[in-house]
Amino acid sequence: MDAAPPLIAYAHVGKSFNGGRVKAVDDVSLDVAEGEFLAIVGGSGSGKTTLLRLANRLIDADEGSVTIEGDDVRAVDPVRLRRRIGYVFQSGGLFPHMTVADNIGITPKLLGTPAAEISSRVDELLALVQLDHGEYRDRLPQELSGGQRQRVGVARALAARPRIVLMDEPFGALDPLTRSSISEDYRSLHDTLGLTTVMITHDMAEAVLLADRVAVMQGGKLLAQGTPAELADSRDPYVGELLDTPRRQVEQLKERLPLEKPPGDGAA
Amino acid sequence: MSLFSDPRWAEALSHLPDYLGNHVRVSVAALGLGLVVSLPLAIVARNRPLLRGALLGFASIVQTVPGLALLALFYPLLLALADLSLSWFGFDFSAFGFLPAVLALALYSMLPVLRNTITGLRGVDPAILEAAQGVGMTPWQSLFSVELPLALPVMMAGIRTAAVWVIGTATLSTPIGQTSLGNYIFAGLQTQNWVSVLFGCAAAAVLALAVDQLLALIESGLRIRSRLRAAFGALGIAALIAATLVPTMARPQSSYIVGAKTFAEQYVLAALIAQRLQAAGLSATSREGLGSNVIYDALLSGDIDVYVDYSGTLWANQFHRTDMRPRQALLDELKTVLARQNITLLGELGFENAYALVMPRKRADELGIHTISDLAAHSGSMSMAADYEFFSRPEWASIRKAYGLKFRSQRQMQPDFMYAAVASGEVDVIAGYTSDGLIAKYDLVTLQDDRHAIPPYDAIVLLAPKRADDHALRAALQPLLGRIDIATMRAANLRAAGGNAESSPSEVARWLWGQISKRN
Repeated sequence: MDAAPPLIAYAHVGKSFNGGRVKAVDDVSLDVAEGEFLAIVGGSGSGKTTLLRLANRLIDADEGSVTIEGDDVRAVDPVRLRRRIGYVFQSGGLFPHMTVADNIGITPKLLGTPAAEISSRVDELLALVQLDHGEYRDRLPQELSGGQRQRVGVARALAARPRIVLMDEPFGALDPLTRSSISEDYRSLHDTLGLTTVMITHDMAEAVLLADRVAVMQGGKLLAQGTPAELADSRDPYVGELLDTPRRQVEQLKERLPLEKPPGDGAA
Repeated sequence: MSLFSDPRWAEALSHLPDYLGNHVRVSVAALGLGLVVSLPLAIVARNRPLLRGALLGFASIVQTVPGLALLALFYPLLLALADLSLSWFGFDFSAFGFLPAVLALALYSMLPVLRNTITGLRGVDPAILEAAQGVGMTPWQSLFSVELPLALPVMMAGIRTAAVWVIGTATLSTPIGQTSLGNYIFAGLQTQNWVSVLFGCAAAAVLALAVDQLLALIESGLRIRSRLRAAFGALGIAALIAATLVPTMARPQSSYIVGAKTFAEQYVLAALIAQRLQAAGLSATSREGLGSNVIYDALLSGDIDVYVDYSGTLWANQFHRTDMRPRQALLDELKTVLARQNITLLGELGFENAYALVMPRKRADELGIHTISDLAAHSGSMSMAADYEFFSRPEWASIRKAYGLKFRSQRQMQPDFMYAAVASGEVDVIAGYTSDGLIAKYDLVTLQDDRHAIPPYDAIVLLAPKRADDHALRAALQPLLGRIDIATMRAANLRAAGGNAESSPSEVARWLWGQISKRN
């Protein structure tokens, strides 16, 4: 894996807002290998969303360079760049005046794909995100539940067969049950389709459960990156704090919610 | 007689294809132009606070200008532009009627369209805009497939408001020479034909409502993605436009256009001239309710062919002369001056419609007022009323200077109401018109102009430059020259103010012709 060139590479990237007063991203270098699932974890204002948007040029970097599939993003047309990268928005970001089918088919349509091809692709994608196409195709976004909307959002991101998918806190607003099923479903899509995914989350447990590697941001800086196991070795107090929360929860859950009865109990 | 058996309804109805057709055409053109200008401006300005403020400020200021004034302002403006284009590029255009009306109404339509489009576009959720960018839309694709569709309901509300405003305000384009449903209202007010006023108002209201509802249909069709509904709405609008175009196509173009200013005598005389032309086998229509300054320029540029003006009015207003001449000398000189502009002074009709200071006979006798000099001694404690233009006319300056008049108060009034106002004592003196029939009706007296401060106002027939050698026209009008005396004209004007079925301008004109031909 180390030998293969990274699909996404940030090199000493910096970005400030408000005329330089707010440094949102400060000298970040980060590689994402092909097929990898990277989670970026951090609190609000840590710069994680800015970092994600630098990759498809929703924001342009002030310093350093961002490379996607070997191309410096500044050298490619941003519109074409975005069409080849899937993007899942925080609350779905579905167009309220378009049906589910039109929402999913939007990027292929922009790319000039024939209508019949888009139509069959939409059905295929609905199946992929486990929505019945007969039932959901012609619905408007406001007629869907939050989880269904996010599934459509995932389908839309995958419509133009991107190699890279960027996700901006995609499952944060969902109830726990929906969240866990949709995130597991996505992870298996990631694996079967051979995607490279960068997902932003503020939930370390989610990151640890889903991602191959986790990057931790604070105050615009990249504090640590690595597999969950590597992060556990980090001596950074903030990283430790982030990891402690799910650990504590696991302990508490174990205590309060025994998974199986202890052996021999009640035999007397 | 029941309300609807009144023959004035039938007469009003007979004008409907012409008035409504013109009204729809001018409204649609104005609204179309307004949209073509406002929509792109709103789109460009939506993310530019400075431009946005400037645009909305400008549109708001335009909105505060009364519709009538806005329409009136465009006439001289376009006239100057036409002159400029003639001297620079060798062509000119008609600054009369359609063009100034369309431009003024288009300006009028801008505020609701601009405001609602900007509000609608700025109301689109930023997260949706980001999503549009994120899925790979160009700014234009984002505008057309996301921002505009989402802003549509708010935009359409603005367009509907603009449509209703334009259709309503278009009634005011009559005085600048654009035929509209306003012709009913202006003519009706002048001749106290309330049937006509009511008809005009109702027609304009029905048209506005119909267009508003059709636009609403299109809007809801677009919103709920019902092609059928949107198509019905669009079809309705298209049918409305087509229906108003057909009668015009079918109607033969009239060869002579007779102009009339905004008062009853002018309507009657225009009808009389048109009837004479028709009797001579020439086709003629009238363009009524034209402003005093508009009508002369319209004649000069050939937009109308013939109209009746008054010697003193031209002398003072058109040629800015302040010197006084005896009646005949003034006419002779006027003829020469007009000829220099290639306008033919065909001749006098025989009566004068001069301004005169008018009081109730009883009151004048009590106070011993017979001349304006007598009045001057009392003026400090008296109130005076006149029509909308009198106090800014040179005649008033001349009278005031000659006699040293200084009234306690001065009021402007609708001409039809001022005679009643002076008769009832609501005001003490009015500046009336010598040929007005109401002078006899209310037993009023005209005060003698003993210092000759008021110029003579002979009614004269003027022909457009292009009709200078038109013998058929001259021959048809010859029988009218010198044949209408002041008593006959007063009687005709009184009939025109009768407010009944016999008081329509064409009926009075027929009566007037009867009186004239009787004397032969």
